[in-house]
Amino acid sequence: MPIQIFFLIVAAITLISAVMVVTVRRMMHAALWLVLSLFGVALIFALLDASFYAVIQLIVYIGAIAILVIFAVMLTRRVMDDDAAQTNKNWWVALIAVLVVFGGIAATALSWTRLQVGPGIPPGDSILVDFGTALINPQKYAIPFEVSSVLLLAAVIGAIYVAVDRKGGKG
Amino acid sequence: MNSFWADPIGFVILWFISLLQGWGLPGDLVLLISYVVGALLLATGSLLLVIFLIWVERKIGGRVQDRLGPNRVGPYGLIQPIADMLKIFTKEFITPDGADKLVYNLAPILSVGSVIMIWAVVPFAINLYGSNLNVGVLYIVAVGGLGELGIILAGWGSNNKFALLGAFRAVAQLLSYEVPMVASLLIPVMLAGSMNLNEIVRAQTVPFIVMAPIAALIFFISSIAENGRAPFDLLEAESEIVAGFNVEYSGLKFGFFFVGDFLHAFTLALLFAVIFLGGWNGPAADSIPILGFVYLMIKTTIVYFLGLLVRFSLPRFRIDQMMALNWKVLVPLSLATLMLTAIFDKLAPAGNLLVQVIVLVLVNLIIWLLLQEFLARAFRDKPQRRAVLHSRPQADAAEDAPAQPQTDAMQS
Amino acid sequence: MIPLYWYVLFATALFCIGLFGVLTRKNSVAILMGIELMLNAVNVNLLAFWRYLYADPTVEPTRGLAFVAIVFVAASAEAAVGLALIISAYRRRDTVVAEELDLLKG
Repeated sequence: MPIQIFFLIVAAITLISAVMVVTVRRMMHAALWLVLSLFGVALIFALLDASFYAVIQLIVYIGAIAILVIFAVMLTRRVMDDDAAQTNKNWWVALIAVLVVFGGIAATALSWTRLQVGPGIPPGDSILVDFGTALINPQKYAIPFEVSSVLLLAAVIGAIYVAVDRKGGKG
Repeated sequence: MNSFWADPIGFVILWFISLLQGWGLPGDLVLLISYVVGALLLATGSLLLVIFLIWVERKIGGRVQDRLGPNRVGPYGLIQPIADMLKIFTKEFITPDGADKLVYNLAPILSVGSVIMIWAVVPFAINLYGSNLNVGVLYIVAVGGLGELGIILAGWGSNNKFALLGAFRAVAQLLSYEVPMVASLLIPVMLAGSMNLNEIVRAQTVPFIVMAPIAALIFFISSIAENGRAPFDLLEAESEIVAGFNVEYSGLKFGFFFVGDFLHAFTLALLFAVIFLGGWNGPAADSIPILGFVYLMIKTTIVYFLGLLVRFSLPRFRIDQMMALNWKVLVPLSLATLMLTAIFDKLAPAGNLLVQVIVLVLVNLIIWLLLQEFLARAFRDKPQRRAVLHSRPQADAAEDAPAQPQTDAMQS
Repeated sequence: MIPLYWYVLFATALFCIGLFGVLTRKNSVAILMGIELMLNAVNVNLLAFWRYLYADPTVEPTRGLAFVAIVFVAASAEAAVGLALIISAYRRRDTVVAEELDLLKG
């Protein structure tokens, strides 16, 4: 019973902050609400016995991506930006579409009886060791691991190249 | 094990839990209340420790700089921090015009909160720890990221271009020095086989500073940089862009940043003692837990003292020197040490602790010698072009003319 | 005990809120924030299924964890490049409103 209450509270906080992210007017506040919703998702990860990913979420999303978003908000700010309308004109069409999507997926999910089960055996203490060995095992996930590192390298080089300020270049 | 003298803190905890159960509360509520009370006591204890740390810092700093330090207020100046606290409490909160109130007020809270949160995973004795987190080392890195968020919010919320610039430079420094800190933290994790801080302490029959001295050195340097203490203190020094990101904070809000800084120094010394010096290990620490706590405090004060000596002796880095040190020296060094330690740890025959220690010490020695060689070559002064001394006709002519016109001018 | 469909509904709700943000907001950085919410919803979904199928003998126990790792990497790479593009576009065009970045419009 207490764990259900905890889940409901954390889910409510996360969803309310997510709604705040997409509706508040000032971008800085939206970035802060994003940090809160990412923190809520980290708590959900911890509830799912994935404590490693809860901490990775804190490091990668809040410690790096959210700071990057805040930097981008700061660097792309004009004087009268936050007072203009922040949403498109026909936002109610998007709302109806999103509600339809949500209704469809929810109805499908609730009709699958296999989703009514509770969690089984919890992961043991060796799950991290198994995950580590699986990531470098050639039969398992070594190739996606290496490809993702190449992806990160490409992203780093691309981001530097795009964002560098070439004085006297095109502009 | 239950005697009061051998384990006073455990004794008090058990007494408290039995008291709550005696009041007839359900088991879950008792657990919840004991967790909350424990967390409150830990946070309050660490904050009260800062009062003592302020005095220690000013006194030792004074002695290193050949002066007395505070000695007026109370015997040996012991009440000086209380006087400082009273001054900070009674200062007026001046919120700058146009500052974003939510962001401006959230920043000091995040800054201090992220430091106190580290104390939750530190093992103080064999059975005295806040939380037995399986990913304790990663948690420490994650919480450091929250501190950086606090600094950006401080710079932005002040509505002050200089505070914003100071915050940008501060975050650049902190994000950069996280890389060698994480890489050097991975080496004890590898040697102990777990990220759990309790396991790391238990695995240190030989302290990791012997088995991985370069990792300890890198962690020490980058933890001083993460903290923002001298010689890396251009984040908040008075002569650097008007004291950096906390220029618009006054009174207790500035006190929060101040407290966070001092507590962070002690916390990083605590982490160094736990991870590299063996934590609560020591003679008879297994059976008498309070002795483990005492050993940990002794080791922490030694490392903290070392940090204080470094702080009061070295001049400040410029930002480009700091970035060069990080990206050109510390990051390659930490990655190379990580790789070589991993390779040689696997090559050394397992189970034989002495051989393992000797192999790792040799590897670290070789890396150190290579580093010295590399630093000597890379940072050698470029040979200056010799100034060609040919005669300058104008100067020679002036030399021949005596100084008469000048004496005439002086006489008249 | 929390049944699995609670987590699936939560992930769906988070995904739909992110989708609403992407479709509705004008500021490009806000659109990117919506994308981050959607990726987090995907992560929650993957980890929920990993946890609830952990006891199933036909499923390999680390598969969900590997999926989530790749999603984390892809999300970080996309956030970095996306924000670099937004900052570069801001320098050239002096706007981050997505409607006004319409140079290719025929």
